[in-house]
Amino acid sequence: MSIRVRSTAPTDERSREALRGRPAAEHRPSENVARPEGDLAFSISDLNLWYSGKQALTGVGLDIPRKMVTALIGPSGCGKSTLLRCLNRMNDLIPGVTIEGTVTYRNANIYGSEVDPVEVRRRIGMVFQKPNPFPKSIYDNVAFGARVNGFRGNLDDLVESSLKRAALWEEVKDDLKKSGLALSGGQQQRLCIARALANNPDVILMDEPCSALDPIATLRIEDLMRELATDYTIVVVTHNMQQAARVSDYTAFMLTDEEITGQLIEYAPTETMFTQPADQRTEAYISGRFG
Amino acid sequence: MAVAGTTPDSVTLRAEGGVARRQAWSRASRYILLVATLLGLVVLVILGIDNAIVGIPSLDWDFLSNYPSRFAERAGIRSSILGSVWVLVFTVIFAIPVAVGAAVWMEEFAPQNGILTTVRLNIANLAGVPSIIYGILGLAVFVRLMELGPSILAGALTLALMILPMTVITSVEAINQVPPSIREGSLALGATRWQTVWNHVLPGAMPGIMTGTILAVARAAGETAALIMIGAFTFIAFDPSLSFHGLLDSFTTLPIQVYNWTIRPQPEFRANAAAGIIVLMIAVIGLNALALVVRDRLRRN
Amino acid sequence: MALASSPDGSDLSRAIRKRPLSRPGESLIMLSLVLCAAVSIATTFAIVYVLFADAIGFFQEISFWHFFNPGNEWQTLFNPRSFGVWELVLGTVNVTLWSMLIALPLGLAAAVYLSEYAHVQTRRFLKPLLELLAGVPTVVYANFALTFISDDVLLPLFGDSVSFFNSLSASIMLGVMILPIIASVSEDAMASVPRDLREAAYGLGATRLEVAFRVVFPAAISGIMAAILLAIARVIGETMIVAVAAGSTPTLSLSPLESIQTMTGYMLQVALGDAARGTTDYTSLFAVGALLFLMTFVLNVAAQIIVRRFREAYE
Repeated sequence: MSIRVRSTAPTDERSREALRGRPAAEHRPSENVARPEGDLAFSISDLNLWYSGKQALTGVGLDIPRKMVTALIGPSGCGKSTLLRCLNRMNDLIPGVTIEGTVTYRNANIYGSEVDPVEVRRRIGMVFQKPNPFPKSIYDNVAFGARVNGFRGNLDDLVESSLKRAALWEEVKDDLKKSGLALSGGQQQRLCIARALANNPDVILMDEPCSALDPIATLRIEDLMRELATDYTIVVVTHNMQQAARVSDYTAFMLTDEEITGQLIEYAPTETMFTQPADQRTEAYISGRFG
Repeated sequence: MAVAGTTPDSVTLRAEGGVARRQAWSRASRYILLVATLLGLVVLVILGIDNAIVGIPSLDWDFLSNYPSRFAERAGIRSSILGSVWVLVFTVIFAIPVAVGAAVWMEEFAPQNGILTTVRLNIANLAGVPSIIYGILGLAVFVRLMELGPSILAGALTLALMILPMTVITSVEAINQVPPSIREGSLALGATRWQTVWNHVLPGAMPGIMTGTILAVARAAGETAALIMIGAFTFIAFDPSLSFHGLLDSFTTLPIQVYNWTIRPQPEFRANAAAGIIVLMIAVIGLNALALVVRDRLRRN
Repeated sequence: MALASSPDGSDLSRAIRKRPLSRPGESLIMLSLVLCAAVSIATTFAIVYVLFADAIGFFQEISFWHFFNPGNEWQTLFNPRSFGVWELVLGTVNVTLWSMLIALPLGLAAAVYLSEYAHVQTRRFLKPLLELLAGVPTVVYANFALTFISDDVLLPLFGDSVSFFNSLSASIMLGVMILPIIASVSEDAMASVPRDLREAAYGLGATRLEVAFRVVFPAAISGIMAAILLAIARVIGETMIVAVAAGSTPTLSLSPLESIQTMTGYMLQVALGDAARGTTDYTSLFAVGALLFLMTFVLNVAAQIIVRRFREAYE
């Protein structure tokens, strides 16, 4: 396996043209994009992404509010995971990826030329689709980020508080030396959340965090997301519309149609989105007519 | 798109302090690791240059066409090249049909039980047996028990046993690569299992089997210890005769000749050894390159 | 099994298997295929029989205790002769130690580089080149160890403190020889570490170096252990390099600068001499060979067990 990081998208126009391939069909950004009031975690504008010349995101622009839960929904292939992975530069790890546009996080463009992706990922945590604890002890899993970052405080306290915030402490406090892989799926996913929290991030990105879990474990994670939203910004990709309705404050609906891949169709407060969708494609999707 | 909301407490997201240091190490590590990766190859390059400098002056037609001699400047590799070729031809003739047969049995016909597991484990272990042990086996069985003496036949049989495990392993892999749909298609047309294997599976696996065979020949071509063990360290000043009886002639090979010149105390022989090494390396690298070409063609098809 | 993996299940393929072979000639073919597979089993039995039959002859003259007593020398040239195998075993340990010291860091660095850093094209180009190092005839390495490493590098470097035949020159070339084994087997192990784990680590703000050494490397450790065992097995079985460059003086020493003799070195020495059949010199060849066979066998089996466990963990 080889992962290659390109720290910045190529800046000169010619090489961009070459990587971009066929220009996308004329794309007009959606008008049904709400602008959240108050503090923002991210401000994304005109974001385009290509995987080896194939476009995966087209002209995405939206503001993500701070200390709230924002859900990204849409049928598979709509670019919702790709968009999520743009927010902490995880897409850099894929060879042949080209990204244009800006993602502003606390007045810094995440794709700015001086930005270090490691610094970005340190502040913006991520939880993945399949629980992926390291084959190490529970303790070492939670302490990983602190250790690579040269954390100087009390590691035991950090591990304990992170596990508590992830609502896992009571279940594992007596065997922190046990392998993270020995936990159940739902516990593993909470361990992964605790591991992300230990880095003391502002934002937690969750990429379909419950898709590999049973309904009960899913509910626990959803409760946890609501709790965490008091202190953290959460952006969650989900294919489960009920989940989006249950946990999120804002919802973005994305779609890939015949002409344009990975476009934002509608973005609104969750309640508005699910009761009065502005775009009929949104309505069709949330009423279960496709996807 | 204009920003409607506000953004508190700015950050730069530049690598600073600890992160800058860690990233610097990470970037440096790419080059450190690359240098470490290349170091072994550097030794090989120095080896090549050293032998080229020492050996090329001696490498002429006389060297290729002369028999060995007590006199360094008259000594050549005629009998060792012919011996190598002759032994390798028979090694392939003995080893490949048996290896392919064993692989076909394991992949297509063997009952899925303990016997197959035993055969598999056994072959994996044989692949790790040192060549000098194969030499002892050849000495005891072919040279002494079957009374073949230190002959071409004994040498080829010894090397055939030595390369058998690796050729079985590569043949098994090659047969595995043939998609099951090909077998099912043939069986559906009423072909017997053997007809299916012979007409469809083996042709499909052929490039992989070829690659494995070439690599095995390259390995056998460089083998020294096993042949010395069976008594092939001899002075040969005649061509192997192209007859059945010739198989019972004694022989020498190029690696043995190189060894012979390497351990001579007289410095004049160093150039002969180097020249012999050049010939041997060209053959071995050529075989390895050929295997790569065959493998690439296999991938493309 | 290819047929069993067909989508419609193994029942069909089992039914096909049980179908009688329709032509009479085919049962003959089947018999010959079974015989081909039997050759490998027969080879193993032959090796064990050949080695142990004559080794038993050896132990009828030389006691087990004498052979394995660390206080006895290995001295077979003059009377009173002595067959304390520890001096040969330690010679083997000597070159194993020094060659692993050279090959392990370089081989693992190469594995990490190829698995975690190199672009696809770079790896496709570098890997066969690196594997060529294992394909070079060992007699070529042996010659280079003696004429270049020992004569042109070590002697000028260490002067009188190094003997002309020394363990270090052999160990360096053994290290180069096993480099691709360590690199290749370890790289396979690292490549089969799930991508998830790398993403998790990158997601926590780890650098490439940290991902490689704190996540991928530990996750692949059992595959790496297997690589090390296979490499050791290869070193202790290698003959030409040690026979040419390491000397022929059995010594209880782990010094890299001294002349030593390994088990294989002794075996080749006997083969080059003309020990008459049945003499102790001749049978000692089989006793040492049996010990060598047992050592490589244990290492290979251990490596296979580890590799199997490792595969089960990730597949």
